[in-house]
Amino acid sequence: MKEYTIALAGNPNTGKSTLFNALTGLKQHTGNWAGKTVTLASGYYRYKNIPLKIVDLPGTYSLFSNSEDEEVARDYIVFEKPDVTLLVLDATSLERSLNLALQVLEMTDQVLICLNLMDEAKKKGLKINAKQLSKNLGVPVIPISARNREGLDVLSDTLLKMCSGTIKTKPYKMKYREEIEAKIIKLEKELSEILGPDYPARWLAIRFLDGDSKLIAALKNKLASNGEGGGVHGSTTALGRSGGGHSC
Amino acid sequence: MKDQSDMTTLYLAQSGQKFLIQKVKIKGDLKRRLLDLGFVPGSVVEVLKASPLGDPVSYRVAGTVIALRKEESQLLFGEVIQR
Ligand SMILES: Nc1nc2c(ncn2[C@@H]2O[C@H](COP(=O)(O)OP(=O)(O)OP(=O)(O)O)[C@@H](O)[C@H]2O)c(=O)[nH]1
Ligand SMILES: [Mg+2]
Repeated sequence: MKEYTIALAGNPNTGKSTLFNALTGLKQHTGNWAGKTVTLASGYYRYKNIPLKIVDLPGTYSLFSNSEDEEVARDYIVFEKPDVTLLVLDATSLERSLNLALQVLEMTDQVLICLNLMDEAKKKGLKINAKQLSKNLGVPVIPISARNREGLDVLSDTLLKMCSGTIKTKPYKMKYREEIEAKIIKLEKELSEILGPDYPARWLAIRFLDGDSKLIAALKNKLASNGEGGGVHGSTTALGRSGGGHSC
Repeated sequence: MKDQSDMTTLYLAQSGQKFLIQKVKIKGDLKRRLLDLGFVPGSVVEVLKASPLGDPVSYRVAGTVIALRKEESQLLFGEVIQR
């Protein structure tokens, strides 16, 4: 039976684990991730009888990999390619959340945004135009309150439609200065010829131009351990990977 | 646009004051980290309070409280604004 994978990403303390628990019925710690070892909690639930695997990523302010947490979250989104990356934003501090949101929209098209803590936002008298936000960002935006289990049905419904391809997204992509865009486009083309359609070529091109040597190393690693990597030449070592969260 | 000589640093702002960031005078990873935390040109930072030894100092930026060390707040240029 088809199983879909959904990764929860967002700033620290936006209620990812609370949502994870509400959906899966598990008891993942709600609070901060402490210590060096970052484990990815995962759990399952069913919606309309379709099994959905939920992966709770560490909360980060960015995904440029300044820390181990960021690296784990980024690598999961880019290399494990969940069917949907569910961005959990704090509705009471959208200004802060949108930095990460724009980064994620650059990495993958399969993004669903949920505005969590809507109960708090209402208390503070904040009015958020989710429809307009969705139009501007090119992906669905669903208001929820994970702690009060509000909006979860609409959320699951939208998740499923995105997984099955019924809902197509058109994420907003940042535009850079003309000379940078020219370089991005050139590199993007080369990268997609080498890597095939399975990797986000534009995002990789931007990271390459930024001189992100850690990412380049991670990519090399990934390619070396990945036999089926879309027309990639070079040796294929079957070592190491014991089929992680791969679905579809 | 202000000349940099008219600016002060966030480090010199007093608790209770609001500070408009105009320039982040850093290179590399630290700059990225500060930008990611919300210390971007154009943002207004509220100085909360210093820890007992005077360093680090906590700030409210984009709705969240973040503490910075002197070495970091000295690299953020701008001006104290009245609100
Ligand atoms: N009022 C309100 N509080 C919520 C809601 N969802 C979560 N919270 C609270 O927000 C706090 C943080 O929730 P977590 O689920 O631990 O947040 P997280 O995103 O997993 O945090 P990190 O793992 O540190 O990134 C907890 O105290 C939750 O009870 C909500 O919908 N409304
Ligand atoms: Mg958590």
